[in-house]
Amino acid sequence: MAKADFETPELHEFVDVPLLVEDTMAHLSPFVAKPEHNTDLNFPGELVDDWHDKALAKLDDLRGRFRSLQVYLDSCVKCGACTDKCHYFLGTKDPKNMPVGRQDLLRKVYRRYFTFAGKYFPGLVGAKDLTRETLDEWYSYYHQCSQCRRCSVFCPYGIDTAEISMAAREILDSIGYGQKYCNEIIAKLNRVGNNLGLPGPALADTLEGLEEDVEDETGVAVKYPLDVKGADILLVTPSADFFAEPHVDGLIGYGKVFHEAGVSWTISSYASEAANFGMFIGSYENMRRVSLRIRKAALDLGVKRIVFGECGHAWRVAYAFLNTLAGPFDFLDPNYPVPQHILEFTWDQIQKGNLNLDKSANDDKVLTFHDSCNVARATRMGDKPGGQFEIPRNVIKAVCNNYVDMHHETIGERTFCCGGGGGLLTDDLMEIRVKGALPRMTALKNVMEEEGVTHMAAICAICKSQFTKVLPYYGMDMDQIVSIHQLVSNAIILTGQDSDDEEDEEELDEVEA
Amino acid sequence: MSLFFALLFIVAALVMVTGLARKIIQYAKTPAPLKIPTTPAPVNRTGVVLRLFREVVFFESLFKGTKWTWLFGWMFHLGLLLVLLRHLRYFTDPVWLPIQLIQPFGVYAGYAMVIGLVGLLGRRIFVDRVRYISSPSDFLWLVLLIIIGFSGLMMKFIAHTDVVMVKEFFTGLMGLSFGTLPIDFPLMVHLLMVALLMLLFPFSKLLHVPGLFFSPSRNQVDNPREKRHLAPWAKAMEEQRN
Ligand code: HEM
Ligand code: SF4
Ligand code: SF4
Repeated sequence: MAKADFETPELHEFVDVPLLVEDTMAHLSPFVAKPEHNTDLNFPGELVDDWHDKALAKLDDLRGRFRSLQVYLDSCVKCGACTDKCHYFLGTKDPKNMPVGRQDLLRKVYRRYFTFAGKYFPGLVGAKDLTRETLDEWYSYYHQCSQCRRCSVFCPYGIDTAEISMAAREILDSIGYGQKYCNEIIAKLNRVGNNLGLPGPALADTLEGLEEDVEDETGVAVKYPLDVKGADILLVTPSADFFAEPHVDGLIGYGKVFHEAGVSWTISSYASEAANFGMFIGSYENMRRVSLRIRKAALDLGVKRIVFGECGHAWRVAYAFLNTLAGPFDFLDPNYPVPQHILEFTWDQIQKGNLNLDKSANDDKVLTFHDSCNVARATRMGDKPGGQFEIPRNVIKAVCNNYVDMHHETIGERTFCCGGGGGLLTDDLMEIRVKGALPRMTALKNVMEEEGVTHMAAICAICKSQFTKVLPYYGMDMDQIVSIHQLVSNAIILTGQDSDDEEDEEELDEVEA
Repeated sequence: MSLFFALLFIVAALVMVTGLARKIIQYAKTPAPLKIPTTPAPVNRTGVVLRLFREVVFFESLFKGTKWTWLFGWMFHLGLLLVLLRHLRYFTDPVWLPIQLIQPFGVYAGYAMVIGLVGLLGRRIFVDRVRYISSPSDFLWLVLLIIIGFSGLMMKFIAHTDVVMVKEFFTGLMGLSFGTLPIDFPLMVHLLMVALLMLLFPFSKLLHVPGLFFSPSRNQVDNPREKRHLAPWAKAMEEQRN
């Protein structure tokens, strides 16, 4: 899809709630999955002939297995509290991108076939027949939801549109109408072990390269081990960390932290992916199949702990679902939470004083932090509720001198999605990605102008990729996105590092500047 | 006429109770296979009880969401609660002391309820986003409740009805003995609408009342790492495939 097909919204000081303009995004649908990708996931290859009955049967099945779906379909009172909370609505003005508008696409069919009122008085309660048009509308608008859960924060009943989107995508998959991006990636992971399709030898090469780079730069032999049996920690990280900027700088950082902490660790080539797109397509079975790779890797390698790298939805699956899907993890060291987030690990090391940090290494930057939606609204870090907001900020502040938050309505539990989450990080959905980034871009622009912010740190592979792509649309620079562990990496002075004395350091600074 | 109302209320009460019970059983029986509380969430049961308490009593999330809707919605519901409590005097003899004590507030509550409802109706008509998501039934609910409130206030201030007789009718009805009602127009309207509300309750969006308590994003404890959470069907799947 060409860039010039749509207009990038203009940035103003505030994001005004727009007046509705119907169907502004009705034209946008992602590419449909190829048959072989669907069948690999145990879905029919192509749209089945009796899709109408099959779709209704699936809806009936899901509402019997997921309490969320049943309760959410029934409970909405159309109070409107969620209507202005979705970044995709704010960026597109399309009422079907209002959370309740999106839910109603499924709810009207639920009402028509499964409720007394909808069966006998459809006009009164807005119940509608399931038609081919409805199906295409589902396909279009349920792929314009990043499953960010922002709407669920403000709904008086906690109705989570993400749950509805997931169910809708599962229904579509079950009749052979899957999305190319997600299904292709899951199929690839099932085959190779990661979303990028990097086989073991390529991974080994990459990690060796990293070891050389770090040694050249610091003079210290930091290891980036692969498939090492008997290591203490299994690191599971999004595969983007293996090569793309700024992701890979984060991976370098994890390695340095592990090195200084004096723990042995390893990556697994079999489970070389933290991401789990099974969540995006709402498929418990596929999510479980992907998760079980991590269990197998941990058992095969005989590790004692599992640590996850920086990734948003991956942390949701890891923190909230892994124990359910692939547990129990009674074979791991019970003294540590299973799994742990790399930021929990690093923050612990910082508090213990195990890391020698030179904050001034990041003095060329003024930072702000983007709370990733899945981390913010679906998980926790540490023992206390809200640790997922504090720990990343604590770590940033421990390694940087200059930090400011964005507007309080756009961070923490109210954080705005980057615009690319939930299985939307594909070029065929570029229009919704750019438009959905509007609220975050506005908040960032404001702190850049008012507080002189130069960089935004993120802890999610999808956020990082999405921002790298959309920042230029808004006249900003793709390099403004950094990983938190990239900042940690900059600030760490490794034991025995060359440039320990003052002179060298100044020289280095000058060269870098 | 009185017999008609007597039978109507018996049917309405039965429909409401069995309908709601069916729904509650359905919700309770449907497993929540994954931990999905909207975080930050409480890490223990007590915390969850407090969270739900704040949602039920203060509409905490709605307050975060939209101040106007919260204001009108909360006025309406608080008003409704006090009015309902006040109505207990028609069903109990002797009237409990707390119910006696709130009688004077009940009248203001009636006003608050109607004002709140009119505010909500205004939002539904004038805010384009709320208008877009409204079906005819969403307007009709508000109209129905306004009629109930208005006819009630009329009996209080304009066309008094014989409340002693009403009380005898309902206390009698609870013992399944059919008495007589005063035949006043406002009372007929009031009672008809209330019976309609009771009949429709389990088939409508009023299911938000049980729904709130069963919403996994609000009622789950945030402890997935500490405690393994497994739905029965997921367990069966595990045993089958492993
Ligand atoms: C546990 C008790 C209840 C709670 C926590 C509760 C909560 C809420 C909330 C938060 C809203 C959304 C805000 C608003 O529009 O007012 C709402 C709406 C509504 N509630 Fe309740 N409610 C309860 C009981 C009831 C009962 C008993 C009735 C009726 C007899 C009722 C009727 C309504 C109606 C009609 C609406 C929609 C208002 C509109 O159209 O804007 N609620 N409720
Ligand atoms: S989950 Fe996020 S993207 Fe989806 S409707 Fe809600 S706010 Fe919008
Ligand atoms: S906030 Fe919740 S109840 Fe209100 S309209 Fe949105 S989904 Fe429905």
